[in-house]
Amino acid sequence: MQSYSRNNIILRVNDLKTYFFTRRGVVKAVDGVSFELRQGECLCLVGESGCGKSVTALSILRLFDSPPGRIVGGTVVYNSTDLASCPDQELRKVRGKEIALILQEAQSALNPVLTIGDQIIEQMKIHLPLSTDEARFKAINLLREMGIPSAEDVLNYYPHQLSGGMKQRVLVTMSLCCDPKILIADEPTTAVDVTIKAQVLDMFHQLKTKRQMSLIFITHDLAVVAEIGDRAVVMYGGRDVETAPVSEIISAPAHPYTAGLLECLPDLSREMSRLNSIPGMPPDPSKMPPGCTFHPRCPKMIDICRTQEPPLAEISKEHKVRCHLYA
Amino acid sequence: MPDKDKPLLEVKELKKYYPLTAGITSRHIGDIKAVDGVSFSVGEGESLGLVGESGCGKSTLGKTILRLEEPTGGKIIYKGTDITTLDKKALRQLRKEIQIIFQDPEASLDPRMTIGQSICEPLVIHNIGDDREREEMLVWLLEKVGLEPNQASLYPHELSGGQKQRVGIARALALNPKLIVADEPVSALDVSIQAQILNLMLDIQNQMGLSYLFIAHDLSVIKYVARRIAVMYLGKIVELAEREALFGNPLHPYTEALLSSVPTLIPGARKRVLLIGEVPSPLNPPPGCRFHPRCPHVMPACRQEEPALIEVSQGHSVACHLHRS
Repeated sequence: MQSYSRNNIILRVNDLKTYFFTRRGVVKAVDGVSFELRQGECLCLVGESGCGKSVTALSILRLFDSPPGRIVGGTVVYNSTDLASCPDQELRKVRGKEIALILQEAQSALNPVLTIGDQIIEQMKIHLPLSTDEARFKAINLLREMGIPSAEDVLNYYPHQLSGGMKQRVLVTMSLCCDPKILIADEPTTAVDVTIKAQVLDMFHQLKTKRQMSLIFITHDLAVVAEIGDRAVVMYGGRDVETAPVSEIISAPAHPYTAGLLECLPDLSREMSRLNSIPGMPPDPSKMPPGCTFHPRCPKMIDICRTQEPPLAEISKEHKVRCHLYA
Repeated sequence: MPDKDKPLLEVKELKKYYPLTAGITSRHIGDIKAVDGVSFSVGEGESLGLVGESGCGKSTLGKTILRLEEPTGGKIIYKGTDITTLDKKALRQLRKEIQIIFQDPEASLDPRMTIGQSICEPLVIHNIGDDREREEMLVWLLEKVGLEPNQASLYPHELSGGQKQRVGIARALALNPKLIVADEPVSALDVSIQAQILNLMLDIQNQMGLSYLFIAHDLSVIKYVARRIAVMYLGKIVELAEREALFGNPLHPYTEALLSSVPTLIPGARKRVLLIGEVPSPLNPPPGCRFHPRCPHVMPACRQEEPALIEVSQGHSVACHLHRS
């Protein structure tokens, strides 16, 4: 049983390419990524540092620094508008209102000199026809819903007065205050402790079940993906290498990188005497290897991998992989 | 042959308080009790894992054992000698035997020294070998940690995170130590690199018969590297057991909650105990059992009396009123 509908696609990213034109050369941070987000599902973008997962998220709302960054190709279609090419004015109506983003590092995502209340209310007043009092009332209710005790007091706090877990909740509250249709969360569980991580995951789970939010959840942790995701896009070297339902990614990974990643993960639910490791390291985005970006580390590399970019192959309707072995 | 029964290191009732002062007279208004009466031992060739959330005092404990922080109370006994009161000169000798690997390989290497210089620095300080012997040693060490000899002339910024951590390990191994305190050595690394470093550390242990005190917040990592595991909460050890016992039969409610909170590839394998609230401040820890405000099994006794760490079965100790014999 799947809780999301198969056909109701709310956001479609097609062959997205975001390059950064720096003095030292072109950094192809995102180099051809495609996926769709369906109504009410949690889609995970998973990969190691430098794989382009965060830049993909930022590209959806065009929030990277430009220059040097630029979307050089592809489309991001939301409500039949291409967010990758629409005028800024139009995009501004989508940011925060339709699609909200929770940035990595709760600490630096909040303004240290404004109170929590100011920061939440500011956004509501931009997008919604509310008075300050009405906005305040709504903020308090939302904070309560996110499990923050004494919400009225928290509105008057400055970020430094809150703990890491609380800041994460405040950020989620802030992203929800304009009732967005899509929530993008960039590594929300990374810098927090295990017991708090469980609380944060629980909160996102509630968002999905109670509010039927469509989530894009970015993480490097496959175990987190297994807990929260419906479908996952595995990224490597600026490309989507495998897209499938999470259960299939975990039980039957097709791409050698996904398989390797799973084998090198110490996990409490499995017994293991020795971890398998992937030799080498992730590529430098300014010096991507030719052909398949994973070929220098791949145990199943064949000649064609060195020169030709692998096409997207379909293993089943729901399971796609970018690898010559399946082409 | 390493003998696992004879403790290499014994820590008894170790305390580290940081005084808190106020006003221009620096009035003493309290202590942050980072480590508050911790006892354990590490056998020769053994790896003891120390796990806990941020602020539980695990890193302070690691540093105090090396006397990088001066203990406030208690004893550290290394090979039968009390090292708590050693003077500077004797301490320097001790550090040949006990080394540390830090969490952040970025910050623990001098950016102006080549990695060859960094790795050889301990040899220079301790006056070991001449230039040629050090050169040989360097090549051997680089090989041991999986780096190329020609990388010795590189600077830290030219290396990746994983390579820098390899340098950190090589530097710790330079003096042929008996005990290595590894303070979150893989938490800053990507998963595929983390596996490489963990395997490297285990291989080195097998080859050289080292003991590890392995500090980490990640239970999955600890489970992989440590035979015996101590769980810390707010400056205290709440449970200490062999790996199988701790993961198979956790006794302390905190350990149970911690284990159930870890996301796993097969969700639902363990019933999740969601803890409410957050870790209290070590400046003003709750009276009685420090875990009682968050404990799902709290009893009246927990609010008043601090439970002692008691061995409830062979090698399995727990500090909890639920398990008083």
